[in-house]
Amino acid sequence: MRASDVLLFGWRALYGYRTRTVFMLIAMSIGVAAVMMLTALGEGAQRYVRNEFASLGTNLVIILPGRSETSGVGLGSIMGVTPRDLTIDDAKALRQHPAVRRVAPINVGAAEASWQSRKREVTVVGSTHEILGVRHWQMERGKFLPKGDWDRASSVCVLGSKIRDELFGAHAAIGQWVRLGENRYRVIGVMASEGRSIGIDVEDMVIIPVASAQSLFNVPSLFRVLIEAKSHTSIPRVIDFAKQTIKQRHQGEEDITVVTQDAVLSTFDRILGALTYSIAGIAAISLAVAGILIMNVMLIAVSQRTSEIGLLKALGASRHTILLLILIEALLLSVVGGLLGLGIGQLGSWGLRAAFPDLQAYPPNWAMLASVMVAVVTGVLFSLLPASKASKLDPVMALSRH
Amino acid sequence: MIRLEAIHRDFQVGDQVVHALDDINLEISQGEYISVMGPSGSGKSTLLNLIGLLDHPTAGKYFLNDRNVTELDEEEESLTRNQQIGFVFQAFHLVPRLTAAQNIELPLILAGRNPEERAELVERALSAMHLQDRAHHRPEQLSGGQRQRVAIARATVTEPSVLLTDEPTGNLDQHSGLDVMEALEALNDRNITLIIVTHDEALGARSPRAIRMLDGRIESDSGS
Repeated sequence: MRASDVLLFGWRALYGYRTRTVFMLIAMSIGVAAVMMLTALGEGAQRYVRNEFASLGTNLVIILPGRSETSGVGLGSIMGVTPRDLTIDDAKALRQHPAVRRVAPINVGAAEASWQSRKREVTVVGSTHEILGVRHWQMERGKFLPKGDWDRASSVCVLGSKIRDELFGAHAAIGQWVRLGENRYRVIGVMASEGRSIGIDVEDMVIIPVASAQSLFNVPSLFRVLIEAKSHTSIPRVIDFAKQTIKQRHQGEEDITVVTQDAVLSTFDRILGALTYSIAGIAAISLAVAGILIMNVMLIAVSQRTSEIGLLKALGASRHTILLLILIEALLLSVVGGLLGLGIGQLGSWGLRAAFPDLQAYPPNWAMLASVMVAVVTGVLFSLLPASKASKLDPVMALSRH
Repeated sequence: MIRLEAIHRDFQVGDQVVHALDDINLEISQGEYISVMGPSGSGKSTLLNLIGLLDHPTAGKYFLNDRNVTELDEEEESLTRNQQIGFVFQAFHLVPRLTAAQNIELPLILAGRNPEERAELVERALSAMHLQDRAHHRPEQLSGGQRQRVAIARATVTEPSVLLTDEPTGNLDQHSGLDVMEALEALNDRNITLIIVTHDEALGARSPRAIRMLDGRIESDSGS
């Protein structure tokens, strides 16, 4: 039998039993579309997190007070010394390395902000002028915190645009005095929207000098210190320098945790990657179910077409030909179902992107290829049993079942 | 052309062995027209299936065109059925989703003939059975007589040397049955060996040679 005739025969069988064909195509295409859409979601989430972390800054090293590792018995613990807080002086000391571009100490707290009769709870970030560059923030208008002595608690503040809108409405904010807790601060600038990222909404906070924040919240310590290295390759040197510097300043105790942007990002990447593979796996189950459906339907089809198979044998079809005809029928179903699923999956992903623009839900190429391949392999594998059954039919018995 | 030597065909039914064919010896020359008659269970359909290579003897030898076909493997058997043997069944056995022309085309597709050659042969077969205007009709759109003529066209489109028919008029009215018999006999006139299995005495009487079977044996053979 010619290859084109095998395909023609398969096509005629599929066209001849249209209802059966349509249901099997639906099952197969839903399986493929599910894999594509779920992996698109996973990839979109991964991309989203990656972008959010990128917006945290470039070549960032984050210093947190306290250790994340369990420590043994050291001099500090024998002498009864507890881990020391990070201070502004610690942060100043971290600037003294040629590989360090900028250092931004940070304090964070919540306080009630009020202007005239308007009040609301706000997040207050205490930092220095350097944070603007470290976090790639932009000003909408006015000025950012002044450069100068970090220990000086000047009474100035910069508002997030949302805070500005809510407190001042149509009034001009710059030059006005707002109350944060018990203290008053003069508004010197308003932040632009750029720089929103995980955990920090630059539109919804008030920034004051770090010493002012310590005074406001009555804490001598820092929440953390951000260091921007001059280049990606210099990050390890900056980490070593930070550890050594703090150890020297903290009586030989290495009581800080150093986190790099890359480390956090790769952790998220691993988690979200595992999540993507997991949901792709779950979706692949639907493909397996579609395969089982194909097997069942093909078994029924073989049973219904027993007489036809007997006839084909009487007309000169060998076992091998019958096997081939049934498998090609399943292959055609799987390929068309897979391609249909590819289309539906693309459409669904487009719908996801339209509904959630932040989540760039593009199905990855591997998922498109893998889902169609799995559909085809599943369809053909699950058709082996019915095809084998058909090929072994006794023609006399088959013809008698009319 | 067909020679059966001491053919036995046994079936196991539960604990019992049923001798469907018991020591059959038969010679049929090319172009003969033979009817095989006998009561139900006499073995006539089993004999037809054996001659058509749809079934295999338990013992004995079967020569088709001087070739011992009992020794063929499955692929060779299929090829022989496709090229040398045509079947016409009482129940027509047309594929319902295919048109008359597509049904006739089936053995040519299985033979691997090219589309141009197939179209020409199908056209010729349709014309021989006076079915040109029914080429694109599906079986359910055809009368019983037309369906059987499509089946005959399909059986003969590969120009086989032997045509095996099992109760070819069994599902037809008298007029259609007569039409079908005339079509079959016209093919026999073209030197195709025609073997008809039938219960119908009148039908059997049309053939020059009649074989009567009983309990798996040839009871009488007007040709011997």
